[in-house]
Amino acid sequence: MNAPANFRQVKALPERLVVIGNGMAGCRAVEEILARDPARYTITIFGAEPRVNYNRIMLSPVLAGEKSFDEIVLNTAEWYAANGIELVAGDPVDHIDRERQTVVSRSGRVEPYDRLLIATGSDPFIIPVPGRDLPGVVTFRDLDDVDKMLAAAEGGGNAVVIGGGLLGLEAAHGLSLRGMKVTVIHLMPTLMERQLDEAAGWLLKTELERRGQTILTGADTQEIIEQDGHVAGVRLKDGREIPADIVVMAVGIRPSTMLAKTAGLECERGVVVDDHMVTSDPAVLAVGECVQHRGQCYGLVAPLWEMCRALADHLTDTPSGYQGSVTSTKLKVSGIDVFSAGDFTGGDGHEDIVMRDAARGVYKRLVVKDGRLVGAVLYGDTADGNWYFDLLKRQEDVSEIRDALIFGQAFALGGGAFADPNAAVAALPDDAEICGCNGVSKGTVVATIKAGACSLDAVRSTCKASASCGSCTGLVESLLVLTLGDEVQAGAKTLCKCTSFGHDDIRRLIVEKELRAMPQVMQELHWTTPDGCASCRPALNYYLLCAWPGEYEDDQKSRFVNERLHANIQKDGTYSVVPRMWGGLTNPTELRAIADVVEKYNAPMVKVTGGQRLDIFGIKKEDLPAVWADLNAAGMVSGHAYGKSLRTVKTCVGSEWCRFGTQDSTGLGVKIERMTWGSWMPHKFKIAVSGCPRNCAEATIKDFGVVCVDSGYELHVGGNGGIKVRATDLLCKVATEAEAMEHCAAFIQLYREQAHYLERTAPWIERVGLDYVKSQMFDDPEAVKRLAARFRYSQTFMQDDPWAKRAAGDRADLHQHLATVRPAPEYV
Amino acid sequence: MPKPVRAPMQAKWLDIGPITQIEPGMAATLPVEGGEEIAVFHTMRGEIYALVNKCPHKQGPLSQGIVHGESVTCPLHSWKISLRSGEALGEDKGCVPTIPVKVDAGRIYLLREAVVPPVQAARAAA
Repeated sequence: MNAPANFRQVKALPERLVVIGNGMAGCRAVEEILARDPARYTITIFGAEPRVNYNRIMLSPVLAGEKSFDEIVLNTAEWYAANGIELVAGDPVDHIDRERQTVVSRSGRVEPYDRLLIATGSDPFIIPVPGRDLPGVVTFRDLDDVDKMLAAAEGGGNAVVIGGGLLGLEAAHGLSLRGMKVTVIHLMPTLMERQLDEAAGWLLKTELERRGQTILTGADTQEIIEQDGHVAGVRLKDGREIPADIVVMAVGIRPSTMLAKTAGLECERGVVVDDHMVTSDPAVLAVGECVQHRGQCYGLVAPLWEMCRALADHLTDTPSGYQGSVTSTKLKVSGIDVFSAGDFTGGDGHEDIVMRDAARGVYKRLVVKDGRLVGAVLYGDTADGNWYFDLLKRQEDVSEIRDALIFGQAFALGGGAFADPNAAVAALPDDAEICGCNGVSKGTVVATIKAGACSLDAVRSTCKASASCGSCTGLVESLLVLTLGDEVQAGAKTLCKCTSFGHDDIRRLIVEKELRAMPQVMQELHWTTPDGCASCRPALNYYLLCAWPGEYEDDQKSRFVNERLHANIQKDGTYSVVPRMWGGLTNPTELRAIADVVEKYNAPMVKVTGGQRLDIFGIKKEDLPAVWADLNAAGMVSGHAYGKSLRTVKTCVGSEWCRFGTQDSTGLGVKIERMTWGSWMPHKFKIAVSGCPRNCAEATIKDFGVVCVDSGYELHVGGNGGIKVRATDLLCKVATEAEAMEHCAAFIQLYREQAHYLERTAPWIERVGLDYVKSQMFDDPEAVKRLAARFRYSQTFMQDDPWAKRAAGDRADLHQHLATVRPAPEYV
Repeated sequence: MPKPVRAPMQAKWLDIGPITQIEPGMAATLPVEGGEEIAVFHTMRGEIYALVNKCPHKQGPLSQGIVHGESVTCPLHSWKISLRSGEALGEDKGCVPTIPVKVDAGRIYLLREAVVPPVQAARAAA
């Protein structure tokens, strides 16, 4: 019993602690140990960089010229000396010998240890493209990288930053301030997608572009181009080339585990450690960005401090344990305030609280679960970021202040009364401005309400408060409640739960405010969800498409499946395919091609539709492009039987064959179909042309119907043969075919521009009245001409056969499987 | 033809390729021989989820629905399904199996035992 104890005492001189890594984690760990027990260890620190420890996260301000290197030094040479620490700088450790408990440095120096601390941090991830090793391609990790960038910036010129994450954007900002023309290439569709949601990412992109940077999202790098042995530019997979005098790779970091892995320590993504930062070898510890704790790797500084505390507690025999970290991020780009923390991906039981202030460029989103704040994204106003982060870390119950939470600490905690937004509004003086856009005071709004405006809509139309950008909708609603109590009338139906606006207001504001992209509409009109829902996305996509023909890019992910795959989904998940038959006419070539497709793809059923064409059933989504290629080859195009669009033009045989026919109804039907096919509409749209009043084409239950008579053409609108049968109203009678077509185009355009999404012509006309439609078309003698011209202009962008594009390989990802899983390939 | 994913017995996670194959806001399908087809979702916020590609209501292909927030709306009858739990949201009741997913260095991995049906696994092992 005595002997071992004595032996230990003899040996219990200071233990030897060797630290691999002279960065923020390694040095902080040493500081924490010294603070607890300065005499416990003899300490040696190996560092790869030939300098003392500095604050790596402040490299961005150094690049931007806001700080000098001396200002970001954390531990001076004097500090190492005063604490008896031996610093071996510029001589990285190459090998760990766990049997002998020694490390070997690159220069051959062998250092024995009792305890070893690995703090190797992380390595920048280099994307494996040709040209990645060229001179002029740099990463953004240490001071040497900054020096290279500064040297490049002296000559001005072009810089390309690959990676639109935190690091990449800070590098871009610095280079931009140093006078370079900067292009950021980002693989994903939105910037900083790991920290920001789509809405905040869009605001950030807009601001950076305003500052003169070029931001290319969804851009995949193909190769880095060389000229005269130096980098000259970057080529993207889509063929674009961007000139560059320097290329900064900032696509991400990876835990630096090579040394630990070679030494046989357990590593996954990082060096695996327990709650006391001990690796699979009890004598070896690890800390910082190189570790993986409970499955998590961290690339931020805050978790590192917590790890170092737990590590030092363990190494000084007062173990406390590390529980993992909740992290927050701030972008260090001066003048742009971005903050994100916790889990903002949402999900079951997660409630989003969103506030947008378009005038100030502010977007705030809080995620609450079970009465606790679990995530936050702030853009434009991050003053309350730390408060939210604190609430989040402390898991504090926020139910009491939930309604006022989004307005920030001062408001939410400004006394019990203010936790209720109504009370806060009640406390405002009469001259307080409620609506900034239209300069309306609280007194004016209250007076308007007292004078009889009992709903949000009534207030908007009477005194204009909240009629423009809508950011004060909440305040006006509070004033309605305060003034009227229960007598507040529900407003017009909103488009969906994501917005306080109805369809008409949204359509009007898209045009008035020139909103040209979906995230822009959501920001400017204060959407209460980050990315909308299955109701508003397709509606907005249509409204934008209609408002900005030729400019707005159709968003496939906001399309219902049928319009995305250009076929009709059936109950078993297969699709039906309907080729267009102009006016219901066909020929042997087309019929043969259809018959061949039916046999070739084993279509179990072919059916004649009510719209005078053939429907091929049971086609798999992966076979669709091939089916279309075969149909295209016989001259057929998409019948749009799946779309909120022009479906068919049904005809009878007319004067060409029929003994009662008065006009060439078949010919007119074909002409109308050639004019109108391919146009997207609020809902499906059916046309028919009958050659005489016997009306064999059933034109009087169509959205637009032509009934030919001896003296000309009767034009009918608003019919429907669906759930609720509605016969058409007579719009007018015209004398010539040309006039019939002009009126058809004009009526369609009026419907396209004014109806609500998913509203057929029948309910639309019931809602607005036939007289309204007539006055829109006929009060101004030029109206028909103008409407028809707008329709024809829009059609110049629409009459591309979508099948032909897909058959040629466009968006193959929508049709192909990702892969197939074969459970036991060794037997296949 | 899409390439087959090998599913050797020893691998705990199946690598099904880079995250960039699926545009955010969209989904892709992964047929499993002898098992249920899987739908892999990439949300607008960058999260990856995987579900059996069958709505609990009438077996509609969820992969073809509109993705919004952390849910998908089934293309057949507009049931809203949570991508996290597979449960129907709102008034509807039902649940579709979820498949554990991890993303590492830009690649998507599915938990093997949740993808490959036990019968197949047993046969492969025999």
